[in-house]
Amino acid sequence: MPATPNNVPEPSRTDPALIRNFCIIAHIDHGKSTLADRMLQLTGVVEQRQMRAQYLDRMDIERERGITIKSQAVRLPWAPTEGPGQGSTHILNMIDTPGHVDFTYEVSRSLAACEGTVLLVDAAQGIEAQTLANLYLAMENDLTIVPVLNKIDLPAAQPEKFSEELANLIGCQPEDVLKVSAKTGVGVDALLDRVVKDVPAPVGVADAPARAMIFDSVYDSYRGVVTYVRVVDGQLNKRERIKMMSTGATHELLEIGVSSPEMTPADGIGVGEVGYIITGVKDVRQSKVGDTITSLHNGATVALGGYKDPKPMVFSGLYPLDGSEYPDLREALDKLQLNDAALVYEPETSAALGFGFRVGFLGLLHLDVIRERLEREFGLDLIATAPNVVYRVVMEDGSEHTVTNPSEFPEGKISDVYEPVVRATILAPSEFIGAIMELCQTRRGTLLGMDYLSEDRVEIRYTLPLAEIVFDFFDQLKSKTRGYASLDYEPTGEQSSSLVKVDILLHGDKVDAFSAVTHKDAAYAYGVRLVAKLRELIPRQAFEVPIQAAIGSRVIARETIRAIRKDVLAKCYGGDISRKRKLLEKQKEGKKRMKMVGSVEVPQEAFIAVLSSDDSATKKK
Amino acid sequence: MPSALPDGEPVPDDGALPAHALAGAAERPLGFYLHVPYCATRCGYCDFNTYTATELRGTGGVLASRDNYAGTLVEEVRLARKVLGDDPRPVRTVFVGGGTPTLLPAGDLVRMLAAIRDEFGLAPDAEVTTEANPESVDPAYLETLREGGFNRISFGMQSAKQHVLKILDRTHTPGRPEACVAEARAAGFEHVNLDLIYGTPGESDDDWRASLDAAIGAGPDHVSAYALIVEEGTQLARRIRRGEVPMTDDDVHADRYLIADETLGGAGFDWYEVSNWATTEAGRCLHNELYWRGADWWGAGPGAHSHVGGVRWWNVKHPGAYAAALAGGKSPGAGRELLSDEDRRVERILLELRLLEGCPLSLLKPAGRAAADRALTDGLLESGPYADGRAVLTLRGRLLADAVVRNLVD
Repeated sequence: MPATPNNVPEPSRTDPALIRNFCIIAHIDHGKSTLADRMLQLTGVVEQRQMRAQYLDRMDIERERGITIKSQAVRLPWAPTEGPGQGSTHILNMIDTPGHVDFTYEVSRSLAACEGTVLLVDAAQGIEAQTLANLYLAMENDLTIVPVLNKIDLPAAQPEKFSEELANLIGCQPEDVLKVSAKTGVGVDALLDRVVKDVPAPVGVADAPARAMIFDSVYDSYRGVVTYVRVVDGQLNKRERIKMMSTGATHELLEIGVSSPEMTPADGIGVGEVGYIITGVKDVRQSKVGDTITSLHNGATVALGGYKDPKPMVFSGLYPLDGSEYPDLREALDKLQLNDAALVYEPETSAALGFGFRVGFLGLLHLDVIRERLEREFGLDLIATAPNVVYRVVMEDGSEHTVTNPSEFPEGKISDVYEPVVRATILAPSEFIGAIMELCQTRRGTLLGMDYLSEDRVEIRYTLPLAEIVFDFFDQLKSKTRGYASLDYEPTGEQSSSLVKVDILLHGDKVDAFSAVTHKDAAYAYGVRLVAKLRELIPRQAFEVPIQAAIGSRVIARETIRAIRKDVLAKCYGGDISRKRKLLEKQKEGKKRMKMVGSVEVPQEAFIAVLSSDDSATKKK
Repeated sequence: MPSALPDGEPVPDDGALPAHALAGAAERPLGFYLHVPYCATRCGYCDFNTYTATELRGTGGVLASRDNYAGTLVEEVRLARKVLGDDPRPVRTVFVGGGTPTLLPAGDLVRMLAAIRDEFGLAPDAEVTTEANPESVDPAYLETLREGGFNRISFGMQSAKQHVLKILDRTHTPGRPEACVAEARAAGFEHVNLDLIYGTPGESDDDWRASLDAAIGAGPDHVSAYALIVEEGTQLARRIRRGEVPMTDDDVHADRYLIADETLGGAGFDWYEVSNWATTEAGRCLHNELYWRGADWWGAGPGAHSHVGGVRWWNVKHPGAYAAALAGGKSPGAGRELLSDEDRRVERILLELRLLEGCPLSLLKPAGRAAADRALTDGLLESGPYADGRAVLTLRGRLLADAVVRNLVD
């Protein structure tokens, strides 16, 4: 293993000409983390014996699911073995990007911190939709693309085919596509050389007022918020006072430094450099991704462009199974919010589910990750209501409602209902075009266009209502394409649609948790399906229970649960008594888990089965 | 496959009871249940602790053999004497059940009873019952039992219909149980019971009426009618799961129960427990009433359950293991539980509510009392007794007894 080169330039005293800021764009499982591990080893910043797989992914869930949620920046010294910079030690700042559709904005900020990107594609699978979307994002940011095929050691690798595909996409020659195996290390040194050679050095004004862009902000329970920045102009120095340009808030720099890959304090970070700062703030909202940091004294007056406030797109009600855990849920959400500027929530009361929170997410993965962390890290048992989008309802009298919970959908004379729409990109083998188009049509999609990436792979673009995607679109897509399709989407605005609210009534009482907003053509099917499912799940009661689905006062589906007539064990003799008492105890426990809806006992399981997104969302990654 | 035993704490080797179990014992009747864990064949619906000769072959050796069984059981009666110490109570009831007790020679049953008489003494009006399979008794057998002290006999009739008996794997011919009643009467048995099962897959309402009429016509003074319970692990459960026979709907069970109560009531049989009817108060099964009223009883035999003063325990299930424990001078108890006051309160509600006399409202806590008020309003409890401080189930309430109990124990 090569040792760390000599004469490594130090932070704040690094010539920008020697700096290369780059990121890696890759699909889940295409080997980004493994490649990053290999780079850490090859540049000597992590010794072999300290190496553990996927060094940079901190959270257990990330490691388990093989996904990266939070990006980090690592400073790697590298002296190219050939080419113009041969022998002189350069500083490569590798900025890790989140790999999922929900985090497009974070990705865009990570990309904005770079001059180049490694486009990493599995040589056995080819490019996937999310990678393609991020690639387009990188091209829009004028990043230099270094195309790389990974896993060339796999027997199923088809480097020629996919080199061709990548060359077509980015407009280079197939020979320009590097071929590596992150697993074995083959080709990784050549890749580092290529980064030095091809990626431009940062260009900034060294003596201008400092302007640094925040591309990530992470809460650490010991140190508070750790903010990762890219200095565009000027320099940030330790112990100086800084200002957040979006809010005007000022902080003292308690620590400034670089990651290599452990946090290493420095005197400052200069123009073109990447590093972290710690100011003692406790909440990532005070240090927002995309914001510009400048010096308090003689600071810049114009912020760097591109800052956006994160906007939740998908909402779900989260309720503790055990009502007494409500305060724990609140505390857990408060803690998660420290590290997640996109997480929003407010208390909500459901007649059926009790006290909980209506929580807004960037998308389905975000929802999944949060729910999983609440359950795993905080030990909470939760019911999550089916995810829904935000509707804008305009009444005939001109008043307007923003609906984040279907049960709050207004009654009365509605003029228009607007729902968010997304531009969806689907990549799949061309044999599935028919199945994909059929699915998108039934989900109210509008075809935008279709392109062949290679002979047998196609990119299909659709406009789809987001509501259709949050339901079970991804599962359907996967099953209709035998798992080969990949999906990416980005919000593109809203459209007016014929949407109605379907209510479910149990014994005449409306059950708020089961209300749903659907397209009017799908309302009947939804009503029939839900009513039938509830009939199966709700046990017979002492009286007859009608279950109805209704739009306003119009009933569109009905089932009846017959009254129970027999609930008695025939025999109860000597040996049965212990058994019967224990059975009774168990039944009492079961009764506790029943929720009273009006006079009807509804098992918790019925709520979970009907509401939970388990069928649809949890398998998404 | 017999059903599993409950979990519990271990029973001491000598079977000793905690001292508090015997406190106030003199106030409570004492009964004996003697289990005979043998059957000629296993019926498809049965999950009782019983074994056929084939099932026992090679698993318990000579100890598990039914030839030696009476002697082994007598060992446990002697152990009971030691454990209960100087408890002066004579035995009020003895009930021999199974399995098929009448697979043993009548003399064996008499010997087991004699051991109880020798060790404890029988009360003058003691009720001594055995279950009997209609095909395994004849007049001589019945006379031996009667002479040996048995005065009550319970025949497993189940149904008068051949096709129903076939689903249940019962081997007797229709008509035989009724003949047994006459033979038992001739032998001098004062009390005779017929057990019936309703809701067997394939049984119609008319089949059930025919069974009730046949039973009544035979002249017993007691009828037990049980809904067929399909226990997990039985052959019948497997057949239903495979779709070979249909599962009987709960509503059908309810209908059959109503038919039973109406038919039996019309013939002079009054209900006194959810599944039991008798022509006179003296015809009630006193032994079963011990179970339902929290009295003490010692259950001897493999898998048998006992209760003395708030301690419930149960024996090891296998006849071989059972015999081996006794041969080694140890209690065959496999586990026991010591009931808390709350356990006993709950048990009283769930057992006594099944009886004609019901349970006293004074057993209920405020929430349970409120639930009882609702049950009264819903027509599940009788208003007359309620005014006198007792919760007594109505006919509809009997069918929903478990639901009522769940609310009353709150």
